[in-house]
This record gives sequence, C-alpha cells and structure tokens, in this order.
Amino acid sequence: MTVLVNGVEIGAWNGETVASVLLRAPGAGRGSTVSRTPRLPYCQMGVCFECLVTVDGNASMQGCLVPVAPGMRIESQHGPREISK
Amino acid sequence: MKYDVVVIGAGPAGMSAAIRLRKNGSSVVVIDEQPAPGGQIWRGVERNSGPMAEALGTDYREGAALVQAFRACGADYMPETQVWQIEEGWHLFLTSGGKARRIGARVVLLANGAQERPVPFPGWTLPGVMTVGAAQILLKSGGMLPQGDVWIAGAGPLPLLYATQLLGLEGRIAGFLDTSRKPGLAALTKLTGAWRDILGLLKGARWLRDLRKSGKMVRGFHDLRAGGDGRLQYLEWLSAGERRKVKADILLVHEGVVPRIHETMALGCAHEWNELQNYFTPQLDGWGETSKAGLFVAGDAGGIGGWLAATLSGEIAGLGITKHLDASFDAEGERHKAGLDKRLASARALRPFLDALYPPPMASIADEVIVCRCEEVTAAQIRSVAKVSAPDPNAVKAATRCGMGPCQGRQCGYTVQALVAEAHGIPPRDVSFFNIRPPLKPVTLGEIAALGDLEDVS
Ligand SMILES: Cc1cc2nc3c(=O)[nH]c(=O)nc-3n(C[C@H](O)[C@H](O)[C@H](O)COP(=O)(O)OP(=O)(O)OC[C@H]3O[C@@H](n4cnc5c(N)ncnc54)[C@H](O)[C@@H]3O)c2cc1C
Ligand code: FES
Repeated sequence: MTVLVNGVEIGAWNGETVASVLLRAPGAGRGSTVSRTPRLPYCQMGVCFECLVTVDGNASMQGCLVPVAPGMRIESQHGPREISK
Repeated sequence: MKYDVVVIGAGPAGMSAAIRLRKNGSSVVVIDEQPAPGGQIWRGVERNSGPMAEALGTDYREGAALVQAFRACGADYMPETQVWQIEEGWHLFLTSGGKARRIGARVVLLANGAQERPVPFPGWTLPGVMTVGAAQILLKSGGMLPQGDVWIAGAGPLPLLYATQLLGLEGRIAGFLDTSRKPGLAALTKLTGAWRDILGLLKGARWLRDLRKSGKMVRGFHDLRAGGDGRLQYLEWLSAGERRKVKADILLVHEGVVPRIHETMALGCAHEWNELQNYFTPQLDGWGETSKAGLFVAGDAGGIGGWLAATLSGEIAGLGITKHLDASFDAEGERHKAGLDKRLASARALRPFLDALYPPPMASIADEVIVCRCEEVTAAQIRSVAKVSAPDPNAVKAATRCGMGPCQGRQCGYTVQALVAEAHGIPPRDVSFFNIRPPLKPVTLGEIAALGDLEDVS
C-alpha cells in the first residue's frame, strides 16, 4: 500500500504503524516544542509522545498506536501541541 | 455499558485474567491501545509466521495459543482504545477513533505492563536514537530491520534477545556498548529455565563471540555521547582515558524496564519502593488488589517479572476478582488446585539474580543533558531549582514545566526524582514521584465535547 507523508507518496506495509513510516520518510520529523529541533519516534510503545502527528486531519495522534491504512494522509507537526482542532 | 470487570491491557496478564474470569462467568471487557492482542512480548503474533516467527524465538511463538484462547473466551475486546481517566466507583473514560466514551465496572484490573526505563544522556533526543524495545516493536509489527551502522548501548536481557533476533534475520550490528557491570552479558548465557529463550542461550553466545572477534564489543567505557547535525551521525565515549569516536546511523538504547504506574499513582494508591531496581510498585495483596478496594493489578505493572509470571499473576487476579464479586467463590481452593503459587515462584526464581546483575545506571547526568524531552528542560535547570526548594519533584515541575508535556513525566519522572535526591543528599526512596492527575493521556476538547450525552453506567 502507499500513504501520503506531507503530500509525498511512500510505500507502507500491512501491520506497521504511522510512527514506523515516519522513520523512513525523508524530513518527516516533528519539531520539538521549545527549540523546534527535529525529533523522531523514540519508544514506539505509547510512552514518549515523540510521534505526535496529524493523521487524516486529526491532530496530535500518537503515530505509534495508529496502524497504516491505504491512502492515509500523514502530516508532521511543529511546535506546541494544538489542543483543539 | 456496565461490565463486571474492565481489564486494561491485552498482554499476557490481561488475557490470562480475562480467560479465567470468563470461565467463572463474569462479563468482561479488555481494552488495549494497540491494534491487536499480545502485549509487548507477543506483538503481531497473529500475523508473523515463517522465518520471522522462527527468528523471534520459542517464547514468542508460545503466545499464539494464549491469544487464540483469549479471542475465543467471550470477553469483549476493544483494540486501539486508550483509557485516559479512571474514577473510583468505577467509571472509565476511553477514546477510540477520535471519539470518547464512558463505561462502568464493578472491578478494574490494570494489566498495563511496563515501559523501558528512560536514561538521559547527551544526544538522546536526536533522530536516529531510539530504544531497543522500539526497534524490536518495528521488527515484530512491520518486519523493519535497522539500516546503516547500527549500535546498541545498554544492559539487560532485552538487548541480548533483540540482537539475537536481528542477527537471525540477517540484520547487522556495528557494535555493542555493554553498560552492565561484571560479570556482564556472558553470565546470562549460563541461565536456564523460564528465561532460556529470553537469553537466546546458544545463539546469544555465538553473536557475543562474533562481536568480540570483530572488536566491536565495548566494555568499561563512560560518558557516552550521541552527536550529529539534525540527526545521529556519530557516537563518542571515554575508554581508558581516551575519547573514541565512531560513525553511527542508528543507536538503540536500553537500561531495563519499569512498571507503568501513572494509573495507580493518579488514583492515589499506596506504593512501595523497589530498592534493587529503583522503581515504584503499587502495594498489592496476595490477589493483586491495591489499597483501593475493587482495583487490581497483574503482570509487569505490579513489578517486573516477565511474561510467564505475568500470565500466572493474571490468573491469580482473576480468581481474586471472582471472590471479590462473589464471596462464596472458593478462590483459595482453585488457586491451590492449579498450583499457581508453585508455578509463580519458579517463574520468578531468576528475578533477584537479574535485578542484582542489572542495577539501574547510577552515573550522574551532565548539566547540559535534556531530561524532559517534551518541554526541553535540562539537568542544570532541574538542579538549580531542586537546590533551593523542598525535596519534591512537584516543585521542580511548577518552576520549570518539567513533566508537564504530553508524556506527563513518563520519560523524566524517575530522573527528576534522582536529581532532587542528589541535590538534597538523600536516597531517591525518600523523594516522592510527580503528582499524577487525569487525563492520563492528552485528550482534545473535541473528544470531551463528544462525551456530551453520557450513557447511564451507574
Ligand atoms: C518494549 C518492551 C519489549 C519487550 N519485549 C519482550 C520480549 O521480547 N520478550 C520477553 O520475554 N519480554 C519482553 N518484555 C517484557 C514484558 O513486559 C513482559 O514479559 C510481558 O509482556 C509482561 O506482560 P504484561 O501482560 O504484564 O504487560 P504487557 O505485555 O506490557 O501488556 C500491557 C498492555 O497494556 C496496554 N496498555 C497500557 N496502558 C494502556 C492504556 N492507558 N490504555 C490502553 N491500553 C494500555 C499496552 O498497549 C499493552 O498491550 C518487553 C517489555 C517492553 C517494555
Ligand atoms: S513513539 Fe513514543 S509515544 Fe509513539
């Protein structure tokens, strides 16, 4: 299957999560809250929140808990987490 | 909807408890934030077959039968669902697919497992640095092998197991920075029994030999640093007074696992301090009941014991809960008949040895190191506040925002506790943990608004 990461199509495997795709997609890192330095998923098990990402328009999803689906739209997040959207 | 029992976590402990409770006739729902049952050890066990299942080992393959029994036991199962608030009485607030809801229960069983112990060091926030557990999850759930120069730094059974699994799938490791104390990794290969597979006995010994021969097994070093421009490019450490530097694309770190305690902390349960491993566990009675009546804990969440001990403590909690719901139930008799205590004692037999072999790292954290990944608070900032306030992590939190980010202290909690203890010259056990308040996971206003029409669950 393929998914869209920041508008760019990328291959994905059945069974993997959004956070796992982020590790392969060029420039898909999150900008940290304070210094805006790049971050990538760290724990893959729901405890570090480094994988916060917008999935199909829903902001601040934990990418490591979301399995990929064909055509999914994944967008990097920068800076502070938005509480409501 | 109201159930007799809500189980949080579909790992070895939660599944075993659910099966037992269904046998005893309770209505049960099992909630897990992952997409499939199995917990940490048996991730993707229903999908992995062939060479992948082979490489993951016999303990891994053993999970398939329990997952199958769980699927057939008649418990409701809610995957991809997070529990973000638990209220005494018992009400649970959940989110799934962006929608929040509330369910009720007579008893709650926390079988939410463990997390890897976060150990901050210079460069640990760089892309390219992640945990060994993360790499293993990527392997189990998508077959992903790390590419380029892959280094592992740490200690404990998990790095050994992962390295064995990776090499079994033709993956490559550039080097291993062993942070364990003597007698080191090699001693583990002598262990037998329930830990046989974790330790990858023979295969483990072989890869250790291979690494040693290639000169890439590094021991007795300190001051590990990860560096690079925007992502990991190199590692540095001090060895016999000399600074070494190697190219690195991926660094996988691991310093043991600690119970997940946010739920029991938020509910104000009594906790105990584990002196050997420096972590809190909820205080439990012989059935896994916490200091709050009707709230039970099973598996690694009650203290690290491994998967076999988790299944057994899940069964024991299942019996204890049945007795809680129906005083006439002969829980003791069932417990004795199934030989649960004997089996549990044997499953836990090696734990004291492992705990002593792998003490938590005690090295002091350099001032410039980011401790709170979410709010980017350094050790220096924490030290300067800790020195002039009461020995309380909450004072540090209020002054620095450390622990206030989305992970709510899951990454920095124990480090802040240790830094506060250091600043006051007292042992960590005399310093409390952050006060944990709901929601346990960040919730959006949209999710809360969707709760509007609450079902009656009383
Ligand atoms: C990253 C990692 C990898 C490991 N790999 C191995 C291994 O390969 N071999 C081995 O023998 N041991 C491994 N362990 C040790 C392992 O924890 C135990 O052996 C065993 O899995 C413990 O079982 P459990 O049922 O107590 O918890 P777990 O198996 O951890 O299951 C807990 C479950 O609860 C869920 N959960 C937690 N909080 C919430 C919440 N708020 N809402 C919804 N769901 C929640 C989690 O998604 C998880 O599925 C690993 C541990 C970790 C942390
Ligand atoms: S990668 Fe850590 S929470 Fe998702």
